[in-house]
Amino acid sequence: MDHAPAVTPAAASIDDDDAPTRLHPNYAHALRVRTTLTAIPFLIGALVAEAAIRKAALIPQGLIAGTVLVIALALIIRVPARRYNARGYQISADRLRVVRGLLFRVDTVVPFGRVQHIDVQQDPIERFFGIATLTIHTAGNHNASVSLPGLGEPLARDMREAIRGHIRRETV
Amino acid sequence: MNGPHRTAPVSVILGALGSIRSAIFPAIAIAFSGIGGDGRFLIAIGVGAASVVIGTALSYARWRRLTYTIGETDIRVESGLLSRSARSVPYERIQDVSLEAKPLPRLFGLVAVKFETGAGGGDDLALQYLTDAQGERLRQLVRERRDDDVTSASGAGPDAPIRADADADEVLFALPPRRLVTFGLFEFSLAVFAVLGGLLQYADNVTDIDVWNVDLWRSWLEEQGSAVASLGPYAQAAGAVAGLLGLIVIGMTTGVVRTVLRDWGFTLTRGPRGFRRQRGLLTRTDVVMPVHRVQGLVIGTGVVRYRFGWHGLSFVSLAQDSGGESHVVAPFAQMDEIAPIVSAAGFRLPDAGTQWHRASKAHRTDMAIRDAAIFAGLTVVAALFAPTGLFLVPLGAAVLAVGANLYAWEFRRHAIDAAQVYASQGFLSPTQTIASRMKLHSVEIAQGPLARLRGYATVQFGLAGGQFAMHGVPLAEARALRASVLETIAATDYSRLDQAPQ
Repeated sequence: MDHAPAVTPAAASIDDDDAPTRLHPNYAHALRVRTTLTAIPFLIGALVAEAAIRKAALIPQGLIAGTVLVIALALIIRVPARRYNARGYQISADRLRVVRGLLFRVDTVVPFGRVQHIDVQQDPIERFFGIATLTIHTAGNHNASVSLPGLGEPLARDMREAIRGHIRRETV
Repeated sequence: MNGPHRTAPVSVILGALGSIRSAIFPAIAIAFSGIGGDGRFLIAIGVGAASVVIGTALSYARWRRLTYTIGETDIRVESGLLSRSARSVPYERIQDVSLEAKPLPRLFGLVAVKFETGAGGGDDLALQYLTDAQGERLRQLVRERRDDDVTSASGAGPDAPIRADADADEVLFALPPRRLVTFGLFEFSLAVFAVLGGLLQYADNVTDIDVWNVDLWRSWLEEQGSAVASLGPYAQAAGAVAGLLGLIVIGMTTGVVRTVLRDWGFTLTRGPRGFRRQRGLLTRTDVVMPVHRVQGLVIGTGVVRYRFGWHGLSFVSLAQDSGGESHVVAPFAQMDEIAPIVSAAGFRLPDAGTQWHRASKAHRTDMAIRDAAIFAGLTVVAALFAPTGLFLVPLGAAVLAVGANLYAWEFRRHAIDAAQVYASQGFLSPTQTIASRMKLHSVEIAQGPLARLRGYATVQFGLAGGQFAMHGVPLAEARALRASVLETIAATDYSRLDQAPQ
């Protein structure tokens, strides 16, 4: 699970259309935890609804809660894995490429020369799994900030340093 | 010129007038409502007077507590009654300086000076109000400080350069009154009815007539309706035509009035330091834009005016223009008038040598099907449930949607050359966007599920202060576009953009 902080400025002629690097495996777990937390209120709601219409006996018992549970399980087990597979990044000597989206694919490239500032964030779930989100900001209206979640925390910091170093070198 | 300055003292009076204006309506409301029985007029006058006194006092205190300092490298403004704030804006970061004179301050010879930094909407630095001369001098100073930093910092007489500047300015575009009226005719607008609606609602609140009472209107309509019905078919048709003509006349008059108010005396000049635009009949504005801040161009037009060859040119920059995203620099011009402005800004219009690429045909088909599908669905519903014949309306709309989409494909094009990217799109008339390759910030290829299936994509470029997208680009072409634009972007760092050759 230990992702080597490998910000190797690989061959500068890296192709932007190659298959991107995959994220830290813990990212899928973090997504699962987040989906579970979102699903809990809906499950509680479904149980309350069950209890409320129990006397009326309009529909078979457990139909509402059962449906919600099945959907929640599908969202928790299946979707995070697919989202994890859909995401990726590619870092080369002078640019960062971020690929994301399950249905709506978005493939963004930001040259380091246009980066305004860089954030590395961790929310509690990310901290637990040892991953972080790298956000780079540009001056353009579209893609004013491009975030790349699910990087190993040390890797995220190294990438930040690498990008920052590049900016400084260019300006001096 | 260096110590802390205050804004013009008359600002206090203007602030007080503002508080009177906001006190009038509550006072009237109290006077007409039942609060306080017989004494309500006294209460109304009391409330009005109190808010005027408080407003004036606050306005005075605010004026006392606001000072600005013109430093060597920045402008500093300190303000606030209880919680003080001090803001510093370096000359380097000022995108443009604009002077705005609303009717009332204009009577006193005052202007509001705004410094745009591109930090976004409300966060910009504004000084209300300075005298005309002060404002002009401040602007001149900012321009000089920024351009030739140290040399002119000691410039004792800023008046001399102003004259020299004014003489050197070359008029690039102007709207004479006749052209302005033609422009107004194309700015057809029925906004006056919205205003009337608002007034009616207001009347509803202060009078006894219940404007929103449906029965009242129905009985009135029935009365009128029976009168109309007794006229016979020809008279009815004539009435309908007259009503339609009336609407058109009202719409065009509104358009002309609004355009004249906004664009009276529109002049765009090009001086040694940038573009300068002046316009406005009652509210006069005066904006200066440095040439190197122009990030891109938008050439828009309208459905009707396009047929007469009229276009409008705007500059995309980080600064905002009275709520709009870009600065309008030629609202109503023929292409041969736009060309010199474009080249003055360091851009080139697409010419015969520009290789335009159309959007993919799959994209055209999908868009037409998607738009028609909505109306087709409505047709089915109408055929099942609505009275016979009514389903023809959504069916016609579906056919129109297909036609409009097929026609829109004519305008959906993109091109790239050594220095610039071009995109054009629109339903019945094209809007063209031109950006310099070097001044883009990111490139994105976006695909929805349908686009992935059919092999096309939207290419989105990050443009500071605006949007730039090419729609329906075949995937392979999109990738090639991205690769070549990225080569250009990566070659220059952001901090060198301003000095980079065009």
